[in-house]
Amino acid sequence: MAAEPFTGSTEHSPVTHHILSVLVENKAGVLARVAGLFSRRGFNISSLAVAPSDDDATFSRITIVVDAESTPIAQVVGQLNKLLNVVEIRDMAPAEATERELLLATVTIEAADRGHLLQSVAHAGASIIDFSADKVTVSLSGTPAHITAFEALLLKSYPSTEIQRTGLVALPRLNPQV
Amino acid sequence: MKITGAQALIKSLEAQGTEVIFGLPGGAILPVYDPILDSNIRHILVRHEQGAGHMAEGYAQATGRPGVAMVTSGPGATNIVTPISNAYMDSIPLVVISGQVASGAIGTDAFQECDITGITMGITKHNWLIKSADEIPEVIAEAFYVATTGRPGPVLVDLPKDVAQSQMEWHEPPSTADLDLPGYHPQLDGDPAAIAAAADLLASSVRPVLYAGGGILKSRASEALIKLAEATGAPVVTTLMARGAIPDSHELCIGMPGMHGNYTAITAMQEADLLVSLGARFDDRVTGQLSTFAPDAKVIHVDIDPAELGKVRRADVGIAGDARRVIEALTSAVEERQLEDLAPWWSQLHAWQERYPLTYDPQEPGKGLRPQAIVEAIDAASPAGTIVVAGVGQHQMWAAQHWSYELPYTWINSGGAGTMGFAVPAAIGAKVGMPERTVWAIDGDGCFQMTAQELVTARIEGIPIKVAILNNSYLGMVRQWQEMFYEERYSEVYLSTDVPDYVMWAEAMGCVGIKVETPEEVGPAIEKANAITDRPVVIDFRTDAMEKVFPMVPAGVSNSEVVVHPSQREEA
Ligand SMILES: Cc1ncc(C[n+]2csc(CCOP(=O)(O)OP(=O)(O)O)c2C)c(N)n1
Ligand SMILES: [Mg+2]
Repeated sequence: MAAEPFTGSTEHSPVTHHILSVLVENKAGVLARVAGLFSRRGFNISSLAVAPSDDDATFSRITIVVDAESTPIAQVVGQLNKLLNVVEIRDMAPAEATERELLLATVTIEAADRGHLLQSVAHAGASIIDFSADKVTVSLSGTPAHITAFEALLLKSYPSTEIQRTGLVALPRLNPQV
Repeated sequence: MKITGAQALIKSLEAQGTEVIFGLPGGAILPVYDPILDSNIRHILVRHEQGAGHMAEGYAQATGRPGVAMVTSGPGATNIVTPISNAYMDSIPLVVISGQVASGAIGTDAFQECDITGITMGITKHNWLIKSADEIPEVIAEAFYVATTGRPGPVLVDLPKDVAQSQMEWHEPPSTADLDLPGYHPQLDGDPAAIAAAADLLASSVRPVLYAGGGILKSRASEALIKLAEATGAPVVTTLMARGAIPDSHELCIGMPGMHGNYTAITAMQEADLLVSLGARFDDRVTGQLSTFAPDAKVIHVDIDPAELGKVRRADVGIAGDARRVIEALTSAVEERQLEDLAPWWSQLHAWQERYPLTYDPQEPGKGLRPQAIVEAIDAASPAGTIVVAGVGQHQMWAAQHWSYELPYTWINSGGAGTMGFAVPAAIGAKVGMPERTVWAIDGDGCFQMTAQELVTARIEGIPIKVAILNNSYLGMVRQWQEMFYEERYSEVYLSTDVPDYVMWAEAMGCVGIKVETPEEVGPAIEKANAITDRPVVIDFRTDAMEKVFPMVPAGVSNSEVVVHPSQREEA
């Protein structure tokens, strides 16, 4: 099977998502409170990433991506704000955010196809982080659109690829797009 | 001073001013029951933990102070889930202390283990699982602060048995200013610009309605509401949660809106050009079909919970803040403005009131009693300030409609959750909080059978409430829906006309039992009940099973299509 080299763009695809960056007290059960609120109020989570946000782990930041069209964002923010452990919510449209996501993919690959894969990896700015006789694990960090395009390419060329995405994290853009 | 976690808990409850705990002990909470013996806090031993929760709610609703309930782990904790959910829906300050299995046993399916913080996460403002006895003064201080401030609500503190037994160095609980709650900042004052915008809308409105909800009572804003009404001359509707917020006899009060509201209140909201929602939340029982609700109305929405603004109905002006403070500011702002003449609006309202008063059929000889007349008779015979506590069903609606509420905090019911079985225990709690008041539970036969055993508690603890069972032998409200919307196919709604024998049951529980079957017996029975002050009284009023609650806006139907009493319908 011929692998096309990666040509995915880093342009934004049509905006359908919205980012909530939620600073929470790092207390037992806080993730369950946030997730439980989404499920009981019928809001959907597209992706979720969570990690401590400061040195002594008093706070964590939960980055939640929701679908902008089907989600009443003001209501989600309002309800989230009522959780005692939620300290601050940053509510960002993609144009207001610098977004990054990490993808890991293990590709099962014939020796003959390795050249194509390496080419795609190079084009995408990904890197090889592990390999064996018949498998290669690559890693890519980038915008969600970039990651999605690379993921699509891998799956098309190597359908048995095992993929793991982290869900995106974001910070406000320093020069917001108009 | 070294004390146990259990002692620290009781000391912390004392420090919060707790005067009464409603509860029932068991294994995991056992250590905490020992220091109760040495405390001035009164403990009321219930017969079922649901009773403890509703008593604490009745106490809180009547007094404005938080209700406190204590239960053991596992089934004790799950038995109080219904009251917690009820308190969440009706924003009642409720502090529940539950015992938990020892820390080391958590997660092992230990005897009577249950993840009560997980279960109640979605129906509490917050809950805590205490990890160490040192935290107890802080957590209890936080729990009371969270339950009683902002939009009030239930909280739960889960205390593992080993933590209760362990030693801690006692320290005074922090003052509210010193609490470490970085994510909790209730907003009390409304935004002045929004208040000015609201005042402008009010000044230019020709058909305003002040839509008063339970938040008025929570923020002790009755007087402020009356002043705003008088400053604007606008009609006030009081929702099921707000009956008594302005006296029913006040000329500006047009009564209860909603599914079983009166025609004028429903229609005034529907035809309004401005709705001023004050501590109300556009519940579906008030709006009817949302897409056709109050189509011409602009909306000013005042709520202490910012998430309520725009949740159901878009607000033209949303003001997050405490109802009393915002209303006072709004009143001052309105007083500086020239208002529209509301006389044409009032002549319309009066015309509706004359055409469609609340009404019911006269008593038919030899037939069951009219429940509405019983409510009116108890109202007439009982002292001013009598507290009415209802169950859930037709009787609840008749109690809301046909009693004239003249004072705030005299009407207590389960609005948001519609919890059958609420009346008897909530009435007990109300009477504990307001012992000098007469407290009447107006209950249904179905509801009574859910929590009646708490009358044993009432008798033994010396809490002389009065219970009027509007006994129609049916789950009447469901029967009404089956009659009207399921072609009279009655499915599982008939209880029984002769079992249980309520008089015998009441007497078995140490109460006075009275059965009333004829209109002539109604007055004397009520007089007798009001005269008994040393024990609870239960009156079994045999009412007409065919009676329905009117007006009615069927579920999901537009408020423009009020089904009025048959005698008021246009001739075909
Ligand atoms: C715990 C609970 N179960 C079921 C219902 C549904 N329900 C609402 S009203 C009602 C009938 C209540 O019967 P009763 O207490 O006799 O009052 P009535 O309507 O006859 O006045 C029922 C079953 C409920 N609200 N709460
Ligand atoms: Mg009944």
